[in-house]
Amino acid sequence: MTTLSLAWRYLWSRPLGAALNLLLLSLGLASITFLLLLGHQLQRAFERDLAGIDLVVGAKGSPLQLILSGVLHLDVPTGNVPLQAVQALEQNPLVASVIPISLGDSFRGFRIVGTSHAYPAHYQASLAQGKLWQAPMQAVLGASAARALALQVGSSFVGSHGLGAGGHTHGDLPYAVTGILAPTGSVLDRLILTDTASVWKVHESATALDADDQKILEQERELTLALVRYRSPLAAVSLPRFVNSSTEMQAAAPALEISRLLRMLGVGTEVLQALAGVLLLTAALSVFLALWSAVRERRADLALLRMLGAPPRRVAALLLSEALWLGVLAAVLGVALGQGLLALLGQLLALDQSLLIGGLVWPPELGWVPALALGVSLAAALLPTLGAYRVSVQELLQPR
Amino acid sequence: MIHSHGLRYHYPDGPTLAFADVAVPQGGVLLVSGPSGCGKSTWLALVAALMAPAAGTLVVAEQPLAALRGASADAWRARSIGFLPQALHLSAALSVQRNLALAQWAAGQAQDDGAITRALQALGVAELAQRRPAQLSGGQAQRVALARAVLMRPRVILADEPTASLDDEAAAAAVTLLLHTAQAQVATLAIATHDARVAALLAPQLPSQTSLQALRLLRSSL
Repeated sequence: MTTLSLAWRYLWSRPLGAALNLLLLSLGLASITFLLLLGHQLQRAFERDLAGIDLVVGAKGSPLQLILSGVLHLDVPTGNVPLQAVQALEQNPLVASVIPISLGDSFRGFRIVGTSHAYPAHYQASLAQGKLWQAPMQAVLGASAARALALQVGSSFVGSHGLGAGGHTHGDLPYAVTGILAPTGSVLDRLILTDTASVWKVHESATALDADDQKILEQERELTLALVRYRSPLAAVSLPRFVNSSTEMQAAAPALEISRLLRMLGVGTEVLQALAGVLLLTAALSVFLALWSAVRERRADLALLRMLGAPPRRVAALLLSEALWLGVLAAVLGVALGQGLLALLGQLLALDQSLLIGGLVWPPELGWVPALALGVSLAAALLPTLGAYRVSVQELLQPR
Repeated sequence: MIHSHGLRYHYPDGPTLAFADVAVPQGGVLLVSGPSGCGKSTWLALVAALMAPAAGTLVVAEQPLAALRGASADAWRARSIGFLPQALHLSAALSVQRNLALAQWAAGQAQDDGAITRALQALGVAELAQRRPAQLSGGQAQRVALARAVLMRPRVILADEPTASLDDEAAAAAVTLLLHTAQAQVATLAIATHDARVAALLAPQLPSQTSLQALRLLRSSL
């Protein structure tokens, strides 16, 4: 019999107590796992969607809203800006490149984004089927969107006005699907991409009264926003200020706005982390109590082990192994529970269609969970172990 | 064998205890008697190298105990001393089989199921191997505890009050069993008891070449 297998038997000789302690520890660890994973997923989502976008330029309003609507495609946009203004910005020597984004329509909840080929290229998207759009009213679907909408290359669909489902449809101008993107793990997966001109065409033909009116509308063409890359890091100093003060547009730096957003969310996660910490502390106390009473109940058993020739360190190791088992089991259960919880939440809220990567991810920070589990259980075992180490054989010999 | 000379023990916060000298040959039987609280337990603890005497020499199973310290004392005890505690102390969480394996674990040895089965067979309780201690009768539990004590084939067996709370018939059976088990292994047997029946039960059973030695402890020696 090894010390570990003996500890296992002693642990489960009090099944109810062991199960309760295991549950307490696992719940604490599960909440920490959940928070870690959620934080990791959000961070990854932001990093991946914001990568390489130095500045977002759009209509005046909330800078955070501009980022959320234009880059992460979560919020509604602040408004539109004139095409000419964006074209002028593109000529600015500080600007390396501009990706136009036009929002306004959607199909069954999936946004139709008018843009250029530079947009999928920016996220290194490759085509799973078909090809990119070559003309207005052709569309390319992101992987999740294609799966959810059950559309194939060659199918057609009609966009509806507005970004939510239920707007009036643009029935006379259907989109033809020319391609489907391979999953990128980025925001593209849940978008429908088309040429900027498609968006103009849909709305101009919907509102133009005659050919002259059409001309006027063409003069007033708009974009929703533009994703800008700087030519040099120096642009970060002057370009946003230039845009904000000398044009009708607003410039927002994604990195800045998102760190602001995370700071705001941070308060919430800190509260949750504190709660998880309290849960874990309770579990530690409960483990401590269980082991403490185990030492008290089993003083005679432990003394007998000394009498049978076990050195004190082997008796102490036995108790420590019991705590070790609890820690290992709780770590496995806690991580499984945390992952399950996140998967469940992702499914219930359909978060994998908005922000989360979905599926199981194993960020290196997750290594903290087993470390914490072992740390907590072993720390709780410290005092009882000392008690076991010092158990006196005299107790066995004293008449009771 | 157990040889003691000028053995004294000093309680950390109390009186000093002086023990009479004994010289028990290998295979001999020693009866340590006296009323409760007279130092029987202390004497057993000294012989088992669980405590160090304040003065005197003690040689148990050819081992001068003064030479043993810490882990070496534990290892020696595991090999050389078989202990039958008064309350038996079979672990309720483990089967009979594993209670015996516990002795091998305590000695730092790999589990030897063959030795466990032989020890149980020698005491006629092999068929109880998978039971829990709670499912044993008093007599069965005592046999199992004795099997555990002799599992490592010790040179010396120490029994603490083996007849306490037993009726005459059971007490006779317990003493006989203890004596026969010790004799079968040619182990020295020391019985600590305040029960006057034990001496009477032992004397007629001893083989002629073995003599019953007695160490009588009195409260006055405190």
